[in-house]
Amino acid sequence: MSCDEKVDCGRRRLIVATATVGGVAGVAAAVPFLASFAPSERAKSAGAPVEVDISKLAPGQMMTVEWRGKPVWIIHRTKEMLDGIAKVSDKMADPKSERNMQPDYAKNEFRSIKPEYLVAVGICTHLGCSPTDKFKTGAESGIDPEWTGGFLCPCHGSTFDLAGRVYKSKPAPDNLEVPPHMYVGDAKLIIGEDKKGA
Amino acid sequence: MASNADKFKSDGSMLGGLLEWVDARFPATALWNEHLAKYYAPKNFNFWYFFGSLALLVLVNQIVTGIFLTMHFKPDASLNASGVPVAFASVEYIMRDVPLGWIIRYMHSTGASAFFIVVYLHMFRGMLYGSYRKPRELIWIFGVLIFLCLMAEAFFGYLLPWGQMSYWGAQVIVNLFSAIPLIGPDLSVFIRGDFVVGDATLNRFFSFHVIAVPFALAGLVAAHIIALHEVGSNNPDGVEIKKKKDANGIPLDGIPFHPYYTVKDIVGVVVFLMFFAVIVFFMPEGGGYFLEFNNFFPADPLKTPPHIAPVWYFTPYYSILRANTVNFFWLDAKLWGVIFMGLGVMVFFLLPWLDRSPVKSIRYRGPIYKSALAIFVVCFFILGYLGMLAPTPGRTLVSQICTIIYFAFFFLMPIYTKLDKCQPEPDRVTFK
Amino acid sequence: MKKLLLVLLSAPLLAFASDVELHLDKAPDHSRDFAALQHGAKVFVNYCLNCHSASYMRYNRLTDIGLTDKQIKDNLLFTADKVGEPMTIAMKSADSKVWFGAAPPDLTVIARARSSEFGSGSDWLYTYLRGFYRDSERPTGWNNVVFENVGMPHVLWELQGDQVMGADHKLKLEEPGKLSPQEYDAMVGNLVAFLAYMGEPMAEFRKSLGVVVLIALAVLFVFAYALKREYWKDIH
Repeated sequence: MSCDEKVDCGRRRLIVATATVGGVAGVAAAVPFLASFAPSERAKSAGAPVEVDISKLAPGQMMTVEWRGKPVWIIHRTKEMLDGIAKVSDKMADPKSERNMQPDYAKNEFRSIKPEYLVAVGICTHLGCSPTDKFKTGAESGIDPEWTGGFLCPCHGSTFDLAGRVYKSKPAPDNLEVPPHMYVGDAKLIIGEDKKGA
Repeated sequence: MASNADKFKSDGSMLGGLLEWVDARFPATALWNEHLAKYYAPKNFNFWYFFGSLALLVLVNQIVTGIFLTMHFKPDASLNASGVPVAFASVEYIMRDVPLGWIIRYMHSTGASAFFIVVYLHMFRGMLYGSYRKPRELIWIFGVLIFLCLMAEAFFGYLLPWGQMSYWGAQVIVNLFSAIPLIGPDLSVFIRGDFVVGDATLNRFFSFHVIAVPFALAGLVAAHIIALHEVGSNNPDGVEIKKKKDANGIPLDGIPFHPYYTVKDIVGVVVFLMFFAVIVFFMPEGGGYFLEFNNFFPADPLKTPPHIAPVWYFTPYYSILRANTVNFFWLDAKLWGVIFMGLGVMVFFLLPWLDRSPVKSIRYRGPIYKSALAIFVVCFFILGYLGMLAPTPGRTLVSQICTIIYFAFFFLMPIYTKLDKCQPEPDRVTFK
Repeated sequence: MKKLLLVLLSAPLLAFASDVELHLDKAPDHSRDFAALQHGAKVFVNYCLNCHSASYMRYNRLTDIGLTDKQIKDNLLFTADKVGEPMTIAMKSADSKVWFGAAPPDLTVIARARSSEFGSGSDWLYTYLRGFYRDSERPTGWNNVVFENVGMPHVLWELQGDQVMGADHKLKLEEPGKLSPQEYDAMVGNLVAFLAYMGEPMAEFRKSLGVVVLIALAVLFVFAYALKREYWKDIH
């Protein structure tokens, strides 16, 4: 805006300057109120990394641990299970895990650090139900004669294989999320923290 | 009849068009003019006239910080796993675990004391310049009602942190009601919702503190301001600026509230915020007056602290409560104490009719009123100071004298304001 | 009238003779001394955190006083699994009430609660922790100069030794402990500094933020005042 004769330029400049300083102060005053919406120390503590002992998890078995209030599955996959994963790749929506649903170290065929252990958040990527495990294969599974084991979401019927990859043409858009995790020795797994963060 | 749309002609810009659209449906421009841009306030407002806008600022501060505290506070008197009442622990949760929650909490706790400081000064201004006199009686009455609500709000709020002072303060005050003959004991149980101050009391006080009283306060503040803008502001000379108007009907000694008093009040607000920030950031406990030390002990129904005193802003009235130690007529001392305390607040309602002086402002009043007001203020401070201390016979005597003077100031006012030798009021306002 | 004023003004002086005086020793100020605070934390965890909780204080908050999560985990974390957890204790307060008559209070904000007109909460704690003396009439065998008939026995007596109350109302060290009186006072000073820190862990940040806020308000004042002057030059 240019200054014309109708308005007092010095006064206008002073108004703008005062309003600017006052506005900055006002924004700064809003900071504590906005900050108070962020997760508290208690929430952060409850969401802290979880240590899991996996030495007792037999091949073919699955365990569920809670991390940040969500179920995290740990599945000890057998040789047959791993073979099944390789077989169904062409039925997958995102067979090579190209979408960003896992840390880089799990961006591989079996979506895991060690092929035999899958760590995944057990929440369907469709609308947040928790899928149920369907480890029985073939017609016995009641899903598909060629079923190689995996998960079925009870809410809207999305199916996932044993690497947490979602089948094509199902409501769920993405593979199951693989949370950050790392191994400490052979038998101990930490969920929620990886080597980058440590 | 001309429609609203004709009254406000757009300047053709987009914003102007929008304003025109709104004005045809809601009196936005009219309200702006009536209360700010064309509200003519006397041009000689002095230091004392900052406290009205500051009271509004503190009210907003209390509401905003209160909204955010309510998100984290838990009105629950049961004990958690560590044996601490949940309500008490939730305050420490706000202080430690909620990001920057301590700022919000200290703003709220400091704001409570700031509210009373500002309101007491605002009321004193009214007494200095006769702002309660005709035609401003209703403004004053709304103001006293606001003061009453404020006391209720502070009292309810003080229980919430569930510390020792919270607990025993509420216990003592609720027990005042038991002094009422016949229904008293049952009434105090009814107020508490339990035989002692307990979880039920905490929850109902929480509800009153965050919903009921703030609603009443907001309504009364609106009424206070509407009444003020109806009759116009008083000023340090106590003369009516509406008596002398120019050809356009604008008071000769009036200036538009906006921008003149908005820019002036902004300066007042910034200075106030500096004092406020000093308390919040450097002495949030206010030396034990704003946050009492004993309130860092969780409430313990089995152990009264050796010395309990209300927060500083209640202490003048607490002194009046304790000052009466004799039974007279057929009522006992305790009930008289309660009556005097209530009367001590209620008497402010009568002020517009007690004052018979021909002038409003202290500037033109005679020596009698000036001394009377000075003595009243001194007594108020002494009562406030004594209310924080444990009673001794000497202190009780002093508080009795001060209580008598407190009431004498009011009830003798019709006599001494008439006797006083006043100077004539000027025609126009003056700058001093 | 003047006489009345005079009486009013002098009355307070006569009437307000003070209550019982409590003499407190001044606690050293270690609020910015991380080494002292860390030592205090260690003493607290070893001696206090068995019966007393500090349940609003999270272990990982100790990063404020210069410790790392790993140091906290290795040296201080006895009563919890994760550094994000609060300093609670296993003993239930309801049980301890039965055992000791009164539950040992939570100590998180004790330094704030013990403040009074006689001195800061730190001063009180500093005097208290150095003020235990033998008293055969008490069930615990201990009494205290600032906390009469205290329920807590002298937990640090091995370090301080035995004090007795002399006829002159002064404490005398009858039997020295493992630490010299100077060493003991220094240790208590550190412990008290830690308790004061724990009472309000954000205190140092609060003050530094306050300086920034006041500077910002001062800048705003300059502009607001200039604007007021600008407008009010019209008004005569």
